[in-house]
Amino acid sequence: MASDVAVPIANRGWDRAEQSVLWLLWGIIRRQPFTLACLVVLIAIVLVAIFAGQIAPYDPVAQSILSVNQLPSAKHWLGTDQLGRDVLSRIIFGARASLVLGVSAPVLAALIGTFLGLVGGYFGGWPDRAIGRVIDLLLAFPALLLGIIVAAALSSGFWSMLTVLIIAFAPRFARIARASTLALRQAPFVEAAIAAGLGHGVILHRHILPNIIGPIVVVLTLWIATAIRLEATLSFLGLGTRPPQPSWGNIIRDGLNAMFGSPWPIIGAGLAITVTVLAMNMVGDAVRDVLDPDTRE
Amino acid sequence: MWRTVGLRVLDAVPTMWLVLTLVFVTMRMLPGDPAIAVLGEKATIEQLNQFRERIGLNLPLWLQYLHFLRDSVTLNFGTSFVANFTVAQLVALNLPYTIELTIAATLIGTAISVPIGVAAAVRRGEAIDSASRIFSLLGYAVPDFFLAAILLVAFSLDLGWFPINGGGEGFVDKLWHLALPALALGLIKAAFISRLTRSSLLEVLGFDYVRTARAKGAAETRVIYRHALRNALLPVVTGLGLSILSTLSGSVAVELIFGRPGVGSMLIGAIEARDYPVIQAGVVVFALFVVVVNLAMDIVYTIVDPRIGAS
Repeated sequence: MASDVAVPIANRGWDRAEQSVLWLLWGIIRRQPFTLACLVVLIAIVLVAIFAGQIAPYDPVAQSILSVNQLPSAKHWLGTDQLGRDVLSRIIFGARASLVLGVSAPVLAALIGTFLGLVGGYFGGWPDRAIGRVIDLLLAFPALLLGIIVAAALSSGFWSMLTVLIIAFAPRFARIARASTLALRQAPFVEAAIAAGLGHGVILHRHILPNIIGPIVVVLTLWIATAIRLEATLSFLGLGTRPPQPSWGNIIRDGLNAMFGSPWPIIGAGLAITVTVLAMNMVGDAVRDVLDPDTRE
Repeated sequence: MWRTVGLRVLDAVPTMWLVLTLVFVTMRMLPGDPAIAVLGEKATIEQLNQFRERIGLNLPLWLQYLHFLRDSVTLNFGTSFVANFTVAQLVALNLPYTIELTIAATLIGTAISVPIGVAAAVRRGEAIDSASRIFSLLGYAVPDFFLAAILLVAFSLDLGWFPINGGGEGFVDKLWHLALPALALGLIKAAFISRLTRSSLLEVLGFDYVRTARAKGAAETRVIYRHALRNALLPVVTGLGLSILSTLSGSVAVELIFGRPGVGSMLIGAIEARDYPVIQAGVVVFALFVVVVNLAMDIVYTIVDPRIGAS
């Protein structure tokens, strides 16, 4: 984990955000065709989630007693579930639950964690020690176990899942931000900034933050995949997205409850999770290789 | 060394206290009245008050906190609202199944992953290396509960080779019931451990003493198994230790799928039935697991590598 900490000798920062994003994309694309394919798949999944209303052939919550537990047919490509709902439509709408949480939770956790780590690492003292102790404790818990524990206390639903994932993820960002900030405090350009009489806020914002953003973005992309998997798992356990709203996790749960029905809800939703997480992992690895070349395998 | 181990154990006490305090805070301070949650919106004030008295919610918060700590330390969580058992009995009934599953999954995971990792490192860049990479990429992406569901549908429902649910009775029957759940968790674990074995072995193979061993004419298998692998296993053991906790959390879903008894299915069942004392006990048991596994790993490091002292 030593590579979490980057200590540049001068403040390079990300001068022009636009240029950096294009550079990042180019880095990903030229790396290898499979990663490019994963990026395309990911964009397709995002589009499917956004335009679910236009793409899905049926209403994902509309029930029909006349067509329950059907196998795939021309009318229902992936068949229907035990309430006669179209499985394909449910999987298409399920992408929304996955992606909304999969992106928002890591982003919010990154904001909160980075702030805590910056402040802790820069100012030190007892707040830093207190934050550090709680972070160490939370890091000892696998995210899912923490999720189950917190969800046991909260009710199910989007907001409780968001809370759970932020509590699970924020310490990971805080640790990296803290370690990098600690190292940067000793860097000559930070000492120069202090000597020049700049305020703490300016130093944190202009000199330290731009230099730790790289590792944070790397971790962010890698945790999106985990967030998507956790959303599915919590929904599967009945602690996440509330039925009848579709989520890939609760589609598999419904599929298992109707075990002697069609296996297609399980296969379809399971493959949707697998493909999304796989593509996200590959793109995340590519982002890491571009931003953090030292860790390349 | 014993002093170091003792210090580690002592250090786990404040950690456990902090964990219990966080559990108490999440369970009691969050919005929502447990009395209404359990009895429903239609309960009369009298019923609600009776309930609050029964589980001690009418007491001042600090006293509730002390009672909670006492109950957790003595593992006395009262009686289940739903089943006619004390919570301690329920935990005692379910815990062995979860431990069995975790151990079996760890054994299967190790048995699959270490040979794959060694083969991939020794034949780096060859077909087997690529195959192992694809295996672990898939293992990282496939959710354990999906894999478990597929195994259940294929081997229990369609082929009828394995039982559909339950934990089994007697040794052979238990193993038979354990096979698919442990395989599902073990395969996911193997994806992670095989990568770890590969990179750890590759690193060690570059060291001077490996070159020396080769230079003095030792056979290649001897170099790999006697000299390199032994030293490469420390990070693997660490990884296995860490993966016990993720297997434990994965076991919750897997127990549910295979209808196995266990702490996970107990907790999920309690959440669905709003069986408050059982939820509390399940949460404390899982938290205890985390602290104990971390402590055990710390002690293992200290024994394996005496340079790591208590700091």
